Amino acid sequence: MSTAFDHPTYNYSVVRAFTIMTVVWGVVGMGLGVLIASQLVWPDIFAGIEYLHFGRLRPLHTNAVIFGFGGCALFATSYFVVQRTTQARIWSDTLASFTFWGWQTVIVAAAITLPLGFTQVKEYAELEWPIDILITLVWVVYAIVFFGTIMKRKMKHIYVANWFFGAFIVTVAVLHIFNSLSVTAGLFKSYSIYSGAIDAMVQWWYGHNAVGFFLTAGFLGIMYYFVPKQTGRPVFSYRLSIVHFWALISLYIWAGPHHLHYTALPEWTQSVGMVMSLILLAPSWGGMINGVMTLSGAWHKLRTDPILRFLVVSLSFYGMSTFEGPMMAIKTVNALSHYTDWTIGHVHAGALGWVAMVSIGAVYHMMPVVFGRKAGEMHSITLINVHFWLATIGTVLYIASMWVNGIMQGLMWRAFNQDGSLVYSFVEAVDASKPGWTVRVIGGVLFLTGMLLMAVNTYLTVRACKQEQELAHSTNTQAA
Amino acid sequence: MNELTPFWSGWIIAITLGSIFGCYWLLASVRSNKKHANGEVPTTGHVYDGIEELDNPLPRWWYWKFVITVVFALVYLALYPGLGNFKGLLGWTQINQYEREVAKAEQEFGPMFAKYQSTDLEELSQDDKAMRLGQRLFSNNCAICHGSAATGSYGFPNLTDNDWLYGGATADIKHSVMNGRIAAMPAWGATLGEQGINETAQYVLSLSGKETNPEAAAKGKEIFATNCVACHGQDGAGNKLFGAPNLTDDIWLYGGSEQQVMQTLRNGRAGKMPAWKDILGEDKAHIVSAYVYSLSHQE
Repeated sequence: MSTAFDHPTYNYSVVRAFTIMTVVWGVVGMGLGVLIASQLVWPDIFAGIEYLHFGRLRPLHTNAVIFGFGGCALFATSYFVVQRTTQARIWSDTLASFTFWGWQTVIVAAAITLPLGFTQVKEYAELEWPIDILITLVWVVYAIVFFGTIMKRKMKHIYVANWFFGAFIVTVAVLHIFNSLSVTAGLFKSYSIYSGAIDAMVQWWYGHNAVGFFLTAGFLGIMYYFVPKQTGRPVFSYRLSIVHFWALISLYIWAGPHHLHYTALPEWTQSVGMVMSLILLAPSWGGMINGVMTLSGAWHKLRTDPILRFLVVSLSFYGMSTFEGPMMAIKTVNALSHYTDWTIGHVHAGALGWVAMVSIGAVYHMMPVVFGRKAGEMHSITLINVHFWLATIGTVLYIASMWVNGIMQGLMWRAFNQDGSLVYSFVEAVDASKPGWTVRVIGGVLFLTGMLLMAVNTYLTVRACKQEQELAHSTNTQAA
Repeated sequence: MNELTPFWSGWIIAITLGSIFGCYWLLASVRSNKKHANGEVPTTGHVYDGIEELDNPLPRWWYWKFVITVVFALVYLALYPGLGNFKGLLGWTQINQYEREVAKAEQEFGPMFAKYQSTDLEELSQDDKAMRLGQRLFSNNCAICHGSAATGSYGFPNLTDNDWLYGGATADIKHSVMNGRIAAMPAWGATLGEQGINETAQYVLSLSGKETNPEAAAKGKEIFATNCVACHGQDGAGNKLFGAPNLTDDIWLYGGSEQQVMQTLRNGRAGKMPAWKDILGEDKAHIVSAYVYSLSHQE
């Protein structure tokens, strides 16, 4: 990394690196998403090539978008936000740099091992044990760097964004370590120490909290800094922050069993998982309200500021999917929605609508800052605007097609003839899903196109910033 | 259903109710209805990188939404199993829900199938209404292996061609459906060696009139006479008692190419038809049997 952009107080170098990789892994991960969505429409495109089989690319897609794109966005923003809201330089430049290279190694290792078929077969925790150990190491160092910086803060209080980042870092460490405990059998193989219903419960305790802490708490941290910064307005309610933070983190940890309704999981576990998921509705909406109401008095800015539009639309999708989630956790609704495309639609309402949009908004705000410009001064505002519409329309197409597919599949599977026999065979429901899957590919292509525009805009912005720095530098030398 | 020990049951009840009431306590204690003077909402006084925080009260509708979900949760936990070993006031379990639904379906649909129980299969196979039931039972239960047109596929017999491994008489078909069948073709690779496998294959293929190497086939005939006739018979026409296929008719369950026949000889085959009497019950198995019979007896 060039030293030309170094800030007198803050370490922006690690933020720059993670920000650039956010865009790179975003393009890669979403590209893989479009690829596997296409495989469901044209199943034969890679027939016979085991490395490109859906079963191997799908975990690569999820790892690349969650840990590659999402992870880099979280590292970048948390390092940026924690420094600026504590007015302290990051606790250790060396360790921060270690987290960058360590984390990139994890993702590259995922991109190599998953297509080769090495997997622990745990959803969102597929990576084999040597990579798991590296993740643990990087994460512990991340925690040291983050909390070390908090300790150095120049004021008494800790800003709410850092509460969320902190909760996300601590909880993900616990989840990752306990879910990945396994007995090794050589370098590339291991067996979980859990089995049967306990294994399923631990996996979904991890799995749902990967959503709750990695993809929600962390990104609420992003929201709490970038929404007030981009609007230039105070956060709506400090009281609301307190209630929804503590309620959110204490309730999410219970919600895992709603992935295992009507299974061998003990019934008390299912019931408790369901009611905790329902109570979670209000705390989730607390974050949305606090973000959206921060705009009061600044609504007119939405007309002219596409970055703010990304942030606000992300909050709308967050509100929508955190309403949908508790509904789907209700057993009788789940009996229809479970195992259908509805679940995939719900996940992407969160992943595309909330996680990706809020990250994109944050990156557009932050990138110019760490490259020596003012917030939001990307090379092309028009491209951001086009990106916004592509992302929004893409997400809507994705979610709507999966709703239609999911409800149709659920209804077809439970349709009975007058003699009690099933009306449809399974393959008929597969056949009927094809139009929806085609629409999903179109939605995915739109979203990916937006990401490519973001990559172009990133390149142009960084190039322009470099030129400005060189110019400033040579002017300075001449003056001296 | 295993009971939790009193300690764990108590622990679960404590942390479940503790979390729910804890959230409510948090909500109630942070709520404030005090009106700010002249409608101006003050900030908390903290400033972080230029960001300030207003001290707005919790939105009323949001507060009540929170309360309603808490009340719902407590009512649900009173009615359904959730609090440790407490079974819930309704006595509901997922197993008894399943059993109730099955019993209801049995009551509703059972007589529709039961009324054909005493009709013999041949007569039943002529009954259009019964055969429509049979076709649907077949699609739901049998088509996944035998195909929706019952023409079978690799490893799964064609049921429409009147070529029967275990016999096509009504009693044989019903026996197959009710009790299932387990076929066992042994693996001969170790006994015969690769050359022996090849020679036997040549002979077996010659039985259905395929062009083969006569020299090898002649050697294969000797091997066949020693090892295979016990099940497949002197003439290779099979034996329905063991489900040993007729090798002379050019109908192949596992393929009739030289490679495939050698594969069968080398590694053996283990075909399995499940027993349906406990899955479908005799009334439905009876109708399905008639349907299967009808497939190869159509005018």
